[in-house]
Amino acid sequence: MKQLFALALTAMVFHPTAAAMAADAARGEQLYGSRCAGCHSVEVNRIGPKHRGVFDREAGTVPDYDYSDALRDSKVVWDEASLDAWLTKPQDFIPGQKMFFSLRNAEERADIIAYLQQVSE
Amino acid sequence: MSEEIIQSRRRFLTDGSKATLSTAAVVLLAGCGGAVAQARMDSDPAQDAAILNVALGLEHEAINAYQIGAESGLLQQPVLETAVLFQSHHKAHRDALVDAIRSLGGTPVEEKSISEYAKELQADTIGSQGDILMLAARLEKGAANAYLGVIPSFTDPTLAQVSGRLAADETMHWTVLASALGQQVPQQALSFGA
Repeated sequence: MKQLFALALTAMVFHPTAAAMAADAARGEQLYGSRCAGCHSVEVNRIGPKHRGVFDREAGTVPDYDYSDALRDSKVVWDEASLDAWLTKPQDFIPGQKMFFSLRNAEERADIIAYLQQVSE
Repeated sequence: MSEEIIQSRRRFLTDGSKATLSTAAVVLLAGCGGAVAQARMDSDPAQDAAILNVALGLEHEAINAYQIGAESGLLQQPVLETAVLFQSHHKAHRDALVDAIRSLGGTPVEEKSISEYAKELQADTIGSQGDILMLAARLEKGAANAYLGVIPSFTDPTLAQVSGRLAADETMHWTVLASALGQQVPQQALSFGA
């Protein structure tokens, strides 16, 4: 029983990298609604900045959003790799910024990133 | 007195202050001192205050969303009464978070005007009680997931437990709202958090 539990726990925690999996933008939209929409919206700034056009955009540049200095000065450009690192643990990727929500599931990250790419096209 | 001893004393005072601040925040949020564990010496009050400030932003938004719903004239009893009850829960969360952020040495984020929240939540698209319930359910589910998603970032594990308690309140709200909307119960386990 203990071994089964350990296996299940391992399966939950250790996933292949987001880039290694085929991402599903439709599932990403659903996940965005449950995981991200508490603070974000595609079209308007809320607790967090809006996401329309986030791909290829320099971090900290959405007009009328009050960014942390750390994010504004980061010079990060959002793409698949940087978004994956950001969503995995934002405070490690850009120390001093103000988003502390992290998505530990690589498959969910990949799907959400695919959706963000879709709303940026 | 050697520089090493001076630095050691400074470190002791700083760490002690951190622990005191963090413990005070936990007591304020937990609502009772007796069951609260001692804050860890390696906690980072500034980071924990920043996390709680995001939570406070969510609570401000939820309070105003329910206010927009209550003032819309679209809510019928007993839905209106339930909405006002849920709003009172969010006000209690807000007050506890404000006190906790201050005790951690942070500055609580200010509430915006209700018209700003109405714009951000696209309240002009609301035309029925169902629309309001859908909005509230979306915000509650989002808040529950947000509270769960920040748990690993707290440097004080007792604040992480408080975040779990806040998530439980939001999940309870979402469950009632989803039921009122006739939404299907999630078919998969572990549907919240990630």
